[in-house]
Amino acid sequence: MADQREAMAQLFLERDVENFLYHEAELLDERRYEEWLDLLADDVRYWMPMRRNVKLGELEREFTREGQDVNWFDEGKDTLERRVQQILTGVHWAEEPLSRICHMISNVQLLAVTPSVLEPADVTVKSRFLIYRNRVETETDILVGKREDGLRRVDGHWKISRRKVVLDQSVLLSKNLTFFF
Amino acid sequence: MAIAGKRRYTGGLVDVAAGQISREIFVSDEIYAEELERVFTRAWLFVGHESQIPKPGDYFVSGMGEESVILCRDREDRVHVFLNSCRHRGMKVCRYDEGNTPVFTCPYHGWSYATDGKLVGVPYFREAYHSKLDRSQFGLVEVAQLEIYKGTVWATWDPSAPSFLEYLGEFRRYLDLALDAWDGREGGTEVLGGVQKWLIPCNWKFPAENFSGDSYHNISHRSVDLVGIGPSGSGRRDMRERLIGRRLQICFPDRGHQTGAYVLPNEEPTPPAYQHSPVVSEYFRRCEEQRRERLGAWGRVTGAPGELFPNTALHPRQPRSIAVWHPRGAHRTEVWRWYLVDADAPPEVKDFLRQYYIRYSGPAGLTEQDDMENWNYAHAASRGTIARRHPYSYEQGLGFEVENYEWEGLRIPGTVMDVTDSKSSEHNLRNFYRRWAQFMDANSWDELATWRRRP
Ligand code: FES
Ligand SMILES: [Fe+2]
Repeated sequence: MADQREAMAQLFLERDVENFLYHEAELLDERRYEEWLDLLADDVRYWMPMRRNVKLGELEREFTREGQDVNWFDEGKDTLERRVQQILTGVHWAEEPLSRICHMISNVQLLAVTPSVLEPADVTVKSRFLIYRNRVETETDILVGKREDGLRRVDGHWKISRRKVVLDQSVLLSKNLTFFF
Repeated sequence: MAIAGKRRYTGGLVDVAAGQISREIFVSDEIYAEELERVFTRAWLFVGHESQIPKPGDYFVSGMGEESVILCRDREDRVHVFLNSCRHRGMKVCRYDEGNTPVFTCPYHGWSYATDGKLVGVPYFREAYHSKLDRSQFGLVEVAQLEIYKGTVWATWDPSAPSFLEYLGEFRRYLDLALDAWDGREGGTEVLGGVQKWLIPCNWKFPAENFSGDSYHNISHRSVDLVGIGPSGSGRRDMRERLIGRRLQICFPDRGHQTGAYVLPNEEPTPPAYQHSPVVSEYFRRCEEQRRERLGAWGRVTGAPGELFPNTALHPRQPRSIAVWHPRGAHRTEVWRWYLVDADAPPEVKDFLRQYYIRYSGPAGLTEQDDMENWNYAHAASRGTIARRHPYSYEQGLGFEVENYEWEGLRIPGTVMDVTDSKSSEHNLRNFYRRWAQFMDANSWDELATWRRRP
């Protein structure tokens, strides 16, 4: 019986987390940036390493290190808020006119739940993303990779406390990263 | 040498005297092919930093022009730069970005090269080659000249090019602003781990001219200035020296290098920057003080963006970095950006700078993003048949350059434009293209080393 209760709770939690991630993507794609910021914990860490081509056996050097190396992103909420404010100035030429962006989120997997699926307070969730960006006339970028998020339960809602973005590119094929992953 | 008359570029497509430059030099595939040969095989190019290859066998794969090169340290501790292409059938011998290796073994047929470039392994040497192949003739192709300057590694394919220091000329003092420690000690900088690499859809000369001293494009950065990412919380930088000093644009006509700079008044201490945390602000306060003591009057000069001809950009102060604009066809540029910090700065200072650097520069940098949008669409809108008929205007400040510029007892090397009052000038940009045109027209370094012919 207890097993079944736990299995149900697990299913419910998975759906709940998926829904949260879809909702988040919706806010971004609908350009509701300020509402999106509300989904981030105040102490959020947002990290996107760069990647190197290295030998088998030296794969620990594949990624630049959080908090130590130069990364594509390695920041907290303050900088993320400034990114949103910058877009909303209306003179941030790299996003003016605004890009058309679509986040496809899939392969959602719960990697860890604490303290338990019955009372989840923190979860680690991994997913895949495919971000399509089209802007001005024909300019188009497609970015594909993985995310690993820490979600935290705060007042009955999920907040993103940590996001690691692993882009499957070495030389970045896009001229800029003016959008959110 | 006075370049008289019209050659194809000097006085032709690049008419510096009139301040007009044809769009063809940015968008023509044919001119692009010519500049790979005439500019990129003859100039000195930035390859990397010694701190990236500290131990024998360490290598870092870099680029010169369109081509991949290997920067490595051999077993005798000597630094080399090789073309990353096998002598047998051209396979890229190293497809990793960095690492450590005793030999580079070609994945195609297995020729292997030692880290000093010598061909040391040839499969079936006795059987297939009957031991006749002269292996000493088939080492990796090495650059003609290499120079390590305060940790930075530079190379050229041209044996007749002047030495790197001669190529630099007096611009050396401005390069030092990026490479010396903040307190003025020689050298003393290292690169942070991770070289940013990304593609921009524009000709490489758009970013090169921007860093040469486009002091006119502040409006590009209005959004970041409104939002504020400067270390003290406002604007995009943290340089109060702007408010009290002279703002200069400095160039070297015979070399093609140029930079911005600020000169502080005599007796005036360098204003405090980086009031972000006690450790960080104290570090910079102490460094500025020691710098002024160590360098005397020259300590009044602080750096601003510059360009070492042809494709190395310097950001000597905020955020301190070196960028290379690798050409990737007439219509595309691959940027590589290295970030520098004082090697012996406290960890808190390095970490603070690292975070500031990446929110300022690079594809995710709130400042650089808007530059790239402008370069992208300036290039795209210049490709049309009609567009190409209309040259760009580079007329700001024509005829107002000053030789032997001096302010409050400090003479500034180079041809100087004081833009404190005029706000902006395009004389550094004209300087960049004047040199570019000379490279395109000249048939040899004898023609290019004009300074050697002075009486
Ligand atoms: S191409 Fe390298 S061994 Fe043949
Ligand atoms: Fe800029």
